[in-house]
Amino acid sequence: MNLWLVLAGNSIAFGGLLFLLSAGFSLIFGLMRIPNLTHGSLFMLGAYFGTSLIAMGFGFWPAAIAAGIGVAILGGLIERLLLRRLPGAELAQVLVTLGLSFMIADLCLMGWGGDPIEIATPPALRGATRIATAAFPTYRLAVIAVAVIIAAGLWALIDRTRLGAMIRAGVDDPAMARVVGIRVSRLFTVVFCLGAGLAGFAGVIGGPILSVYPGLDQDMLPLALVVVILGGSGSLVGSFVGSFVVGFLYNFGQAMLPELAYVVLFLPMLVVLVLRPQGLFGRAAA
Amino acid sequence: MSALVLDDLEKSFGGLRVTAAVSLAVEPGERRLIIGPNGAGKTTLFNLITGELRPDRGSIRLFGLELTHIPSRRRAHLGLARTYQIITLFPGETLLRNVTLSLLGRSPLRWNPLVRLDRQEALAADARTALERVGLDDLADRPLGQTAYGERRRVEIAMALAQSPRILLLDEPFAGLSIDERRDVQELLAAIPRDVTVMMIEHNMDVALDFAERITVLHFGRVVVEGTRAEVVSDPRTREIYLGE
Amino acid sequence: MRRLALALSLVGLAALPFWVANDYYVNIAAQILLYAVFALGLNLLVGYGGLVSLGHAGLFGIAAYAGAIFINGGAGHFLGILGALAVTVAAAAVFAVLALRGTGLGFVMITVALGQIVWGVAYRWISITNGDNGVSIATRPSPFGLSLATAAGFYWATLLVFVAALATIAIFVGSPFGASLRGTRDQPRRMNALGYHVWMIRFLAFLFSGLWSGVAGMLFLYYNQFVSPQVVALGALAEALLMVIAGGTATLLGPVAGAALVVIMKNVASAYIARWNLVLGAIFVVIVIFMPEGLVPGSVRLGGWAAGRFYPRDGEPARRARQQSGA
Repeated sequence: MNLWLVLAGNSIAFGGLLFLLSAGFSLIFGLMRIPNLTHGSLFMLGAYFGTSLIAMGFGFWPAAIAAGIGVAILGGLIERLLLRRLPGAELAQVLVTLGLSFMIADLCLMGWGGDPIEIATPPALRGATRIATAAFPTYRLAVIAVAVIIAAGLWALIDRTRLGAMIRAGVDDPAMARVVGIRVSRLFTVVFCLGAGLAGFAGVIGGPILSVYPGLDQDMLPLALVVVILGGSGSLVGSFVGSFVVGFLYNFGQAMLPELAYVVLFLPMLVVLVLRPQGLFGRAAA
Repeated sequence: MSALVLDDLEKSFGGLRVTAAVSLAVEPGERRLIIGPNGAGKTTLFNLITGELRPDRGSIRLFGLELTHIPSRRRAHLGLARTYQIITLFPGETLLRNVTLSLLGRSPLRWNPLVRLDRQEALAADARTALERVGLDDLADRPLGQTAYGERRRVEIAMALAQSPRILLLDEPFAGLSIDERRDVQELLAAIPRDVTVMMIEHNMDVALDFAERITVLHFGRVVVEGTRAEVVSDPRTREIYLGE
Repeated sequence: MRRLALALSLVGLAALPFWVANDYYVNIAAQILLYAVFALGLNLLVGYGGLVSLGHAGLFGIAAYAGAIFINGGAGHFLGILGALAVTVAAAAVFAVLALRGTGLGFVMITVALGQIVWGVAYRWISITNGDNGVSIATRPSPFGLSLATAAGFYWATLLVFVAALATIAIFVGSPFGASLRGTRDQPRRMNALGYHVWMIRFLAFLFSGLWSGVAGMLFLYYNQFVSPQVVALGALAEALLMVIAGGTATLLGPVAGAALVVIMKNVASAYIARWNLVLGAIFVVIVIFMPEGLVPGSVRLGGWAAGRFYPRDGEPARRARQQSGA
C-alpha cells in the first residue's frame, strides 16, 4: 500500500516537473506550429547553468530563476536570428531546432564534461513529510507546489492579460490575428522566450530529482512530446492534465513493466493520435 | 434523366449555414451558370458535388446514381471533372506531363511501377490532343513555370476535358485573365461538345453571361433566383442581390 | 553521353578496392554505399512523396535487430535476411497506417514518436534486445561460397545491392506510379479529384521505402556484425534525414551525395574534430537556412548557376557525387 502511495506521490511530482517542461513546448507548438525539438536541450542547458551558478555561490532558487532567464535570452536569440529567417516554413523550422539541439547538447558536453552532476536539494526542503501513512520527500512536494503556482500564473497570463488574449488569438487563427493587427512576429519571440525560460527553469528544479547528465535532453524531449500530443497543443489545461497522465504512466510503467516502459508511455499517445489527432484538449488542426 | 440533381442539400460549418436547402437539376448538355456574391456558397457547392465535402443532409445524383457515399476519388471515374478557382497545377512539370497526369488518373496504368511513363505513346498522344484542343500543343514541352497565367488557365481546362467528363465543373475560369485571354477561354468553352454538361461558377457576370443557358443565383447559401438567362437577368431580385452589396 | 558517364563510374566503383589500397577506406566506401541505399529509400518518401519521416531509422533498426535475432536463433543467413525484411515491411505497414493519420507536421510528429518507441523497446526490452549491450552475430554470409569477411568482399556485395537499389528506384521514379507519387506531393487535393487513391499511393510508397531501409539495416548488421540501441536513437534518426536533405531531395542521386557527406564527416572528420554532434547540428542548420534544396543543388546555385528542375536526372548530380565520394 505504501509503495503505491509513494509511487503515486512520485508520479505527481514528476508530472509537475513535466508540466514545467511541456507548458512551454505546448505554447510554442500551439502558437508557432513548430514542435520545438530544442526543448530538451534547453532544459538540460538550464540545469547545467544552474549547477554553475550554485557552484559560484548562488542559492538554489535564485539560480533556478537566473538559469531560466539565461535560457530565455538564448531562446529569444534563436527565434530572432534563425527561426525568423524561415517564416511559415514549419518543416524547415523543425529541422533547425533539431540541428540546434545537437549543437547545444555537444556544447554542454564541452562545457561541463561527461560526468553526471548532482544538484543538491535546497537545505530547507530536505527530508520527508508525513502525509497519511507515507513519508514523501519534502522536495517533491515542493516541486508540485511550484508547478501549481506556475500553472496558475500562466493561466492568469493567458486568460486575463492582453498578451494572453493575443496568444490565444494567434493559437486559434494566426492569419486572422495578423489581419486584426496583432504583431504576430513579436508575439512569436515573446512566446519562444517564455517557453525556453520555463524549460531552463524546469531543468534546475528537476536537478535534485534527475541530476544533470549528457543525454538528459534525449530523455526529456520524448516525454514533452507525449504530453503535448496527448494533451493537445496550445492548451494549457491539456499540458497540465497530460503531464500528470504521463507522470503516472512513466513511473508506474517503470516500476511494473520496466522492459515495456516506453511502450506503456507511447502507446496511449499513439492511440490518441489515431483517434483524436488534435489531442484530448486541443483544437482541431486548421 | 437529368445529368445532375441536387436535392435539399445542406452544409454548415459550426454555426454558419453555408449551403441551405439547395435543390437544382441540370439537364444533359446544358450550360448552367452559378452566380452570387462572395460568400454565397458557390465553391462549397462544387466541393459538395465533387465529394471533397460531405453534406449534412440531402442527396446528389449523377445521371441517376446517388453519389453521397461514393468517395471523391471515384467520382472522377464516374465522369465528373472540375477546375479550381486557384490554379492547382503541378509545378516543375511540363504542360504535357500535367495533362498526362490528368489522363492517368482514370487509367489502371497509374499503379504500374515498372514501365517508363515517358514511353507510353498512346497516353502522350492523347495528352497532345488535349493540349491541341486548347491551342497549347506547341508549348507541350515547356515547363509550367515558364508559361503565362492565361496559358495555365487553359491547361486547367485541358486537363479537365482530358478526363472525358460527362459533367464539367468550372470554378471561376475567367479569374485574373486579360481581355484577350478571356476571349480565348470563351471560344474554348463555346467549342465544348454537347455530350458534356457544363456548370460554371463566375463572379463576373459580363464575361459569363453569353455562355449561360440557365442561371442559378445563390445568396447566403440559398437558391434565390433560377431560370433561363433572360428570366434571371430581368428579375428584380438579381439586381437587389448585386446592388445591395 | 549520360550512359557513358554512368558506365564509367560503375567501373570505377567496382575497381575501388584496387586503386584504394587501404582497407580502412574501402570500409568507408562500403559504409557510404549502405547508407546510400538507406537514403535513397528514405528520399522516395521525403523527396518524391513529400512526406518527411523521422522514423525510418527505426525501420532500419528493426531490420538489424530482427536479422540478428533470427540468425542467432539458428535461422541461417538466407532465412534470416528474408525474415528480417518481412518483419520490416510489416512494421512499415503499421508505421504507415499510423503516420498517415496526420498530414504535414502531424505526420512528422507521429514518425518521431514511432522512432522513439522503437528506441525505447530496443533499450528497455532487455530480454529480447539485450538492451544497451546490443546483439552481435558471429559471421557474415558467404553467398555462393564467396566470403564477405574481407573488406573488399563485403564492399563488392554492398556495391551490388546499391546498384540493384539504384536501378529499382530509378525505374520506380520514372514509372506512372512514381509520377502519381510526385503528384500527391504537389497537389494531393487535385490528385484526389483526378481519380487517384492518394492514401494508398502514399501507403505503398512508405512500404517500398521501408523495404530499402530494411535492406540497408541488414547490410549494417553484416558490416558491424553488431547492433545496439544507438542505431535508433534520436541522433540516428536525424542523421538519416540529414543525408537526404543534404544531398538534395529533388534528384535521384542527391541522397547518395548526402550519404557520402555524412559518412565521410562522421568517420574521417571525427578523427580530427572531437565534437561530431556539434558539427552535425551546425551543418543541419546551415543547410536548412541557406541551401534548402540541399547541398548539391545549393552549392551549384551559390556558385552562380541556376539549377532547379524537379526531374530525376543523373547528369550533373552524378558528376558531383562522384567528385564528392573521392574519385
